Amino acid sequence: MSKKKYNFNSSNNRNINRPVPFVGKGFKPKSRRWMGYFVFFIIIAVLELGTTSGVISSLTLPKPSDVLATMIELFQSGLLFKHLVPSTLRLIVGALIGISLGITIGTLIGLFSYIRSGLVPVVAAIFPIPKIALLPLFVIWFGIGEGSKYALIALGSFTPTVVATYGAVDNVDRTLIRMGQSFGLSWISIVYKIVLPGAMPGILSGLRISLAIAIILLVAAEMLGAEFGIGAYILEAGSLYDLERLFAGVTILSILGITVSVLVTMLEQKILKWRV
Amino acid sequence: MNIQINNLNHFYDGSKVLSDINLEIMDGQILSIIGPSGCGKSTLLRLIGGLEEPSSGEIIQIGSPPLDSLNAMTYIFQDFALLPWRTVEENISLVIEDHSLSSEVKRSVIDDVLDRTKLKDFSYALPKQLSGGMKQRVAIARALAVNPAVLLMDEPLSALDSQTRELLLEDFVNLWSRKPFTAVYITHNLSEAVRLGHKIIVLSRRPGKIIETINIEKPIADRRLIDKDLDEYQKNLWNIMHDEARAADAELLNV
Repeated sequence: MSKKKYNFNSSNNRNINRPVPFVGKGFKPKSRRWMGYFVFFIIIAVLELGTTSGVISSLTLPKPSDVLATMIELFQSGLLFKHLVPSTLRLIVGALIGISLGITIGTLIGLFSYIRSGLVPVVAAIFPIPKIALLPLFVIWFGIGEGSKYALIALGSFTPTVVATYGAVDNVDRTLIRMGQSFGLSWISIVYKIVLPGAMPGILSGLRISLAIAIILLVAAEMLGAEFGIGAYILEAGSLYDLERLFAGVTILSILGITVSVLVTMLEQKILKWRV
Repeated sequence: MNIQINNLNHFYDGSKVLSDINLEIMDGQILSIIGPSGCGKSTLLRLIGGLEEPSSGEIIQIGSPPLDSLNAMTYIFQDFALLPWRTVEENISLVIEDHSLSSEVKRSVIDDVLDRTKLKDFSYALPKQLSGGMKQRVAIARALAVNPAVLLMDEPLSALDSQTRELLLEDFVNLWSRKPFTAVYITHNLSEAVRLGHKIIVLSRRPGKIIETINIEKPIADRRLIDKDLDEYQKNLWNIMHDEARAADAELLNV
């Protein structure tokens, strides 16, 4: 049925029955999961075709299949875990120190006016410093070994956690706190049962940023001085201009990032079940 | 326990919100406070419960709250103020956790209030799963759990649709009839005020002062949704309030 058939002139013509046209189409984002995989597939396929046919020179980009072969070899030789285990350990220890300190300090800033006025400027001053610039200092303070790497990652994840945490504490619904006070709850109960759970959504979304920064600093620290670790592996591949290994290292980092993000999402779904 | 308010004045940043309030809240009775929006009735309630300090004047508790009362002055809020991460039961247990009660006593308190508010089947639901009326029932159950000497209700039904409001009004009446409690009921709704109040005070627009006090003799349990006796009161109240409400409405436009 085309538009031309409609008789717009005779509004009193009762013989024409037509359905109300549907105008509420679109503007409704939906989850199309396969699309993500599809885009990945297309990119890799184009690269593979380009490099095999010679359109893309082997000096510009490695062949994806070669990168995959390098990764498989890395896995089979056991070298993968030799690099991945120390990296993961550094990430966990460093981020754990930074995040737990960050949540503690952030909560204190959120709760006490004096601490807030004293520490917010300090945090604002530390936040924009590229922490890598401080690595030589940390080497002198904490030694050339793991200590300086932990410190760098901890400091890097500390500042965004602090900012996210005190922002989240500020945003806790004041009526809930007044409710707690009106029922005579103790200060400690109000903090543990109302403020901290209420700040959790903000703290967890800050966690995402802190962990991404932690991964960046992990690689930076390993590039500046480590025998094993993903960063050291990438640096070595880069100085030999071994593109397959360079991209294998980058892919591993990417997977590490995705894994961390998935873990945070799982944590959110578990802790924030109550969210509407 | 009675509460007496003497010569109370209250200021916010130099502007007067409450002016020369004198009133007594009688034990076992419900006091309704009505007034145009912004007249300071919620402020008055916060002052009575100690969430704020009056600028001048005094609020005195006459006699002591019953020994088994865990929290003498207990609020019911307009927006329910439930913790969204706690289930119905956990929201109720929140307010008794700080008291050193044995777990059996706590259990029986929770069971008792869940029973009185007909929430037995919802004890493990999260607030997000509940309708507005159910959420307010949970808040009422929570308030009853501490066995308050005075219930301070700040427009408890204003966030609800009119049918749910009627159901909850009936629940309030039933709860009061079974075990009379002392309450201050803030509302801008005349019919709620005359349904529940033994005494009704009318506040003027800001700065709020008492312009009328009305006592309704008819027992609360006998009052109905459509009730000729109450209509008279409601009409009178509206006559008193009409000009105030109009002036208050116009005032907001000038801000």
